Amino acid sequence: MEKKNGVFIGVISAVILLAASVFSYSVSIKKKPDGLWDLISNPSWLGDWPRWLDFPLKEWANAGIDWLVETYGYIFDAINEGLLGVYSSLTSLMVLTPWPVFIVFAAILTYFLSGRKAVVTIIVAACLFSIGLLSPKLWDKMIETTALVVISISLCALIGFPVAIMMSRSDRVRNVVLPVLDLMQTIPAFVYLIPGIMLFGLGAVPAIIATVIYAVPPVIRLTDLGIRMIDSEVIEAADSFGATPMQKLKIIQLPLALPAIMQGINQTTMMALAMVVVASMIGTRGLGDEVLLGLQQLNVGRALEAGLAIVLLAIVLDRITQAYGKRLQERKSDEG
Amino acid sequence: MSKIEIRNIYKIFGPDPTSVMPLVKGGANKQEVMDQTGHVVGLDDVSLDINEGEIFVIMGLSGSGKSTLIRHLNRLIEPTSGSIIVDGENVLKLDAKQLARFRQSKMAMVFQRFGLLPHKNIIENVGFGLQIQMVSEAKRNAAAQEKIDLVGLTGFEKQYPDQLSGGMQQRVGLARALATDPDILLMDEAFSALDPLIRTDMQRRLLELQTSLKKTIVFITHDLDEALFLGDRICILEGGRIAQIGTPEDIILSPADDYVAAFVGDVNKAKVLRAKSVMVSPRKLTAAESKKSVQMPVNALLEDLMPIVLKQGNIIEIIDDAGTVVGQVGGADIAAALEKDNLSA
Ligand SMILES: Nc1ncnc2c1ncn2[C@@H]1O[C@H](COP(=O)(O)OP(=O)(O)O)[C@@H](O)[C@H]1O
Ligand SMILES: [Mg+2]
Repeated sequence: MEKKNGVFIGVISAVILLAASVFSYSVSIKKKPDGLWDLISNPSWLGDWPRWLDFPLKEWANAGIDWLVETYGYIFDAINEGLLGVYSSLTSLMVLTPWPVFIVFAAILTYFLSGRKAVVTIIVAACLFSIGLLSPKLWDKMIETTALVVISISLCALIGFPVAIMMSRSDRVRNVVLPVLDLMQTIPAFVYLIPGIMLFGLGAVPAIIATVIYAVPPVIRLTDLGIRMIDSEVIEAADSFGATPMQKLKIIQLPLALPAIMQGINQTTMMALAMVVVASMIGTRGLGDEVLLGLQQLNVGRALEAGLAIVLLAIVLDRITQAYGKRLQERKSDEG
Repeated sequence: MSKIEIRNIYKIFGPDPTSVMPLVKGGANKQEVMDQTGHVVGLDDVSLDINEGEIFVIMGLSGSGKSTLIRHLNRLIEPTSGSIIVDGENVLKLDAKQLARFRQSKMAMVFQRFGLLPHKNIIENVGFGLQIQMVSEAKRNAAAQEKIDLVGLTGFEKQYPDQLSGGMQQRVGLARALATDPDILLMDEAFSALDPLIRTDMQRRLLELQTSLKKTIVFITHDLDEALFLGDRICILEGGRIAQIGTPEDIILSPADDYVAAFVGDVNKAKVLRAKSVMVSPRKLTAAESKKSVQMPVNALLEDLMPIVLKQGNIIEIIDDAGTVVGQVGGADIAAALEKDNLSA
């Protein structure tokens, strides 16, 4: 069986690659052998990879993007302006907030999410304070980075929950989505910047798009898993009482999957932060940008301060998003 | 008209059930169908009637199709073919909305592992069926409280399921099923996960509740003693087919085939047989006999008659509800009924 599959796949790939090669040869405008006889009698093309054996993906992609922008440009403009608007208002709101108020607000949020735990609250407040302490300049940079992360994870949740709920309901959807998620997680983060830049140029919006693509898998995976792990008898009980799918979701599935969902949000947040930092390479401002500038100017101290600030911000985001999930789990074990 | 009529239900699990139907209808058994097509026969031409107010027990070994059968009644599982009529209504014709209404009002189910909502407390769990029906919180709490009292869990309203013992959790399951006031209770191995003592206790409670509730109860078990104790009638399933349907005494006294005979071979018949099925027609008692004679009702179990006969060596007169003597039982009659090879007595 295994061997038969191997032979089958081998034959198919050979046919496809041969067809692609012939096609590339025929559309190539580079200097190329005149025909089969030339190819055999003059084997110099076996040295370097021949210029005429070049599949025209680049040309296609450019043409495709041009067409897309021409035809649906208004949609991308709308997305661009919408996201940019949200981003800049969130940023200015947080920048305008006096820094002590910001720290106190974050502390209060943590305090209540964590179920009134003093230690986590103090850690979060101290980390935030330390960011400003490292360098006053870094405070606003941190705000910009945080705004990007917050918008990205909101979008991740907005996209991720419906997808996960559909997955948990249908094996077919799941069989389609899972390989896509696997693929998304094997591709190097940097590659995600490409589609965003193609459609939106440089700046915050392509960074958000790339971040969402990169960071959305955990929230989808864990929400789906959380819903599927619910005891089938509990679901059957709901069905036997005539519950609608919506009632099941609201009364049973989401509450019971909440710890898993929060874990997904936590992982998504951490991945989003990583990507937002990387996205400084396409002109996003923020802490990543500071690191990049520091390195470019051989100002190691500046890069180090920014790097430390990223670590501190990571701790803050991690603690806040974990606080709630941890509390859910603790409440569960208290009851048990 | 019966409360529930099941006619020629087939259920085949696998990628293409209808393609296997001719084979199954042609008489191939579960194993043959599995070997030839890889499909699992869940139910094979099951037809039965369940009467209003009776406890109908479905019994069989694990994998015989009991859970599959009971889930057809509320259409948690769709049959491959056949029909299911409840109160004269064809359940398979209901659309999604009607089915939801049907499940909300007609029947409620009790599960082997209880199926309680772990994140809701007991009163919320019991009120769950009513919550689905959008009954206001005050009303459903009142209804839930009543059922909690009924199953003897007063005081545990604010506890969570995992704080209760198995037996108590199943009482919550029972209370939840009763809270929507359904005509029909479906109980899928409801007591199988409980310890023997608790289990016996639950069986007694159920019978006690049933004397006042008079629900139609479909009860599933793999335990013959439980089936014989609870069932007004018993249906024995084997490999998705009905082996026999009858009262406990029918099944003990005249098993339909070798399978049933082997199944009931080891049962303690004294706990099942009643006076009416072992008594002989009354003859005139001698003066000495009638002096010692005791009267017992027709429904008395053999195990209640035995000590009397053994202790005093007398003959018991069997009387019906009106008090008329309809038969008598002596030591020899009991011995004959209990003899292993004398099953068709
Ligand atoms: N969803 C399913 N898919 C495939 N086979 C199933 C499914 N559900 C039940 N079966 C099979 O149908 C048969 C009857 O199962 P079930 O009704 O659960 O038996 P019981 O409740 O008597 O133990 C078993 O052989 C079981 O493996
Ligand atoms: Mg079962």
